[in-house]
Amino acid sequence: MTLPALRSHELEGGGFVVELSEFTGPLDLLLSLIRDEQVDIYDIPIARIAEQFRARISSLGLNEAAEYLEMAARLLRIKAQMLLPGVDGDTSWEDPRAELVRRLLEYQQMREVVDLLEHRGEGRRHQFARQWVPQALDIAPAQVPLALSLVDLLAAVDRVLRAAKEPTLHEVVPRALDVPGAMAAVRAVLSLRRSARWFDIISGHSEPWQILSVLLALLEMAKSGELRLTQARPFGSVEIRREVASEAA
Amino acid sequence: MKSLAKLLEAAMFAASRPMTLDALGSLDPDSSPAAVAAAIDEIREHYDVDGHGVEVVEQGGGWQILTRAEFAEAIERAQVAVRPQRLSAASLETLAIIAYRQPIGRAEVEEIRGVAVGGVLKSLHERGLIDVVGRAEGIGRPLLYGTTPQFLEQFALRHLEELPRADELAIALRGVGASLIGSVDVN
Repeated sequence: MTLPALRSHELEGGGFVVELSEFTGPLDLLLSLIRDEQVDIYDIPIARIAEQFRARISSLGLNEAAEYLEMAARLLRIKAQMLLPGVDGDTSWEDPRAELVRRLLEYQQMREVVDLLEHRGEGRRHQFARQWVPQALDIAPAQVPLALSLVDLLAAVDRVLRAAKEPTLHEVVPRALDVPGAMAAVRAVLSLRRSARWFDIISGHSEPWQILSVLLALLEMAKSGELRLTQARPFGSVEIRREVASEAA
Repeated sequence: MKSLAKLLEAAMFAASRPMTLDALGSLDPDSSPAAVAAAIDEIREHYDVDGHGVEVVEQGGGWQILTRAEFAEAIERAQVAVRPQRLSAASLETLAIIAYRQPIGRAEVEEIRGVAVGGVLKSLHERGLIDVVGRAEGIGRPLLYGTTPQFLEQFALRHLEELPRADELAIALRGVGASLIGSVDVN
């Protein structure tokens, strides 16, 4: 009992269904209406055709497709323009249907070419060429077997190897930091003078591991109160000063 | 058959695409175009008179050896070859417009058909039936499309001029219009 109700509900909420196979566009539908109604394309009874167009797109579920809606609106506008009385003696009055007729004729002309192409194409489909390949695959480069012997291949490998440069290999050597060594070096500098600067300890061509060792040594010694680190301004040179307490000790 | 005819036959047999008169002529530089044309006729007649399963067909700007239409179904049934898919009505309409108005941009095709054609253009391009032939002047420099030799091949056309002229189509149109007027009178 509930089934019919459900079905009608589904139909109501069917939404956007385009009958692709039936019409290729609004002009196609319009032309088919004109043909069905057997009216003169140069003198379209616009009110009747507009009404039928509207009815057809709603029955076909096309009334949500923009292109069909646009045509329906266009037909209504032409219908309205037709209702406006022409001013007496105004010779410049132009039939509001003229543009539509021009487009319909152009479309109809194209459809004749379609018939011709369809006929020709159908005939051609019944004839095969040698090595027929699907059209889409035709664009891809042809898969032809390579004419290549093993000797050629080995010679090519040899040429590549000859041309290739000896690869530059870098060896990564793990190098432990020498914090005690650096501490000894700092103490040696500070034994001569009360204070020193960062660059007095680090020479310009120190290796990264040496710089890190000194940094850790300084931090370690500062922590144990052996020396004091001060920096006057950000990124300024660090001043290393012997702690008075350690001096006393 | 003469030796030139045999040579052309061998070349057409080996080729999978139509061979142009130039390409056929280049096989034997000593032969005149007239001799090549005569040799083609000789092969064609030979196939027709002796009753072969293949024939020489002029299309797509050249000549090609094709199986005769009457064997298409049997060949397809045996899965030796597959017939190409038919084009949709929307594709055919778009193709017809491009064939007549080329080089033509997408907007103009849409104007004539009354619908968006972006997807159809893409699939026609993928099938190798149309190609980009240039760009229009003006805003955005839109792409212009034209038909390819494959289009001619697939529709068994020798060249584009083989399509009826636009004014010839217009005459056919007027005929339709007249008959419509006539039927209105009956009402």
